[in-house]
Amino acid sequence: MSEFFHMGGYGSYVWSAMAIFIGVLALDAVAPLIKRRRVLRELRARVRRAQKRNEESV
Amino acid sequence: MNPLLLWFHKLGSPPYFYRFAGRLLPWLWGLALIGLVAGLYGGLVLAPADYQQSDAFRIIYVHVPSAWMSMFIYAFMAANGFVALVWRIKLSETLAMAAAPIGAAFTAICLATGSIWGKPMWGTWWTWDARLTSELVLLFLYLGVIGLYHAIEDRRQASRAAAFLALIGIVNLPIVHFSVKWWNTLHQGSTVKLFGPSLIDGRMLWPLLIMALATKFLFAASLLSRARVDLLELEAGKDWARQVALSGERA
Repeated sequence: MSEFFHMGGYGSYVWSAMAIFIGVLALDAVAPLIKRRRVLRELRARVRRAQKRNEESV
Repeated sequence: MNPLLLWFHKLGSPPYFYRFAGRLLPWLWGLALIGLVAGLYGGLVLAPADYQQSDAFRIIYVHVPSAWMSMFIYAFMAANGFVALVWRIKLSETLAMAAAPIGAAFTAICLATGSIWGKPMWGTWWTWDARLTSELVLLFLYLGVIGLYHAIEDRRQASRAAAFLALIGIVNLPIVHFSVKWWNTLHQGSTVKLFGPSLIDGRMLWPLLIMALATKFLFAASLLSRARVDLLELEAGKDWARQVALSGERA
């Protein structure tokens, strides 16, 4: 097992490359989820404002 | 009209696309994840060590698929940019701009992992040779497209201006691809060939091809989830977007 992590002496190179690949792509996958929450929050606020205006004008 | 063409027209409508992409997304993420696990397991565990590079060659399983994606996504972005400029299709503008950050991510991964691979094999993190420099230019093109898109207030004008830049930048794609042929570079030539036999053992090749497929699915998944959010934001005043917000539907 430790031989597997050792990677023939290139362990630090191989594993840092893997970490960058996985890390950057994980960030890429999470980014739209975070934006989605923000957009939905703004949309709901917009709907609430519109409803309030309607009630006041009645 | 023929049914396929009709469906294509329907797909161009934001609410239809939003629902369609939403149904597709779990499958795309699932296939991407399965592919990544299988490909990395094959590459890191099952594939034999290289006779010259020993285990350091295993960086190929993240470096090369990322390099392929950096060019594939640029071509996709430019093609959508072209459609956006000529036919003014809103979905194409959205797709082109959603693709840019994903392409930039893959390009950055390609450069970083290449640098990490270069240190033990070439003895240097970086060299200004044709392949490395043209790939760096590709990253700057992506950043330019993203920057231009965010610098203009009106979303639709912004995406058309950025699409135009993306279209001009396509001249860099053949330079990246042929750089190892046109110039003497430190970077090796293509090992995997679309036409003719590849210069790599089958046991090393299959995980690479699975990684190539998995990164395609990953791109599709990321693209669709980005495009959905962007359409929701772009069409915030429309009825369908309001319904989505109120139904509180999850990602």
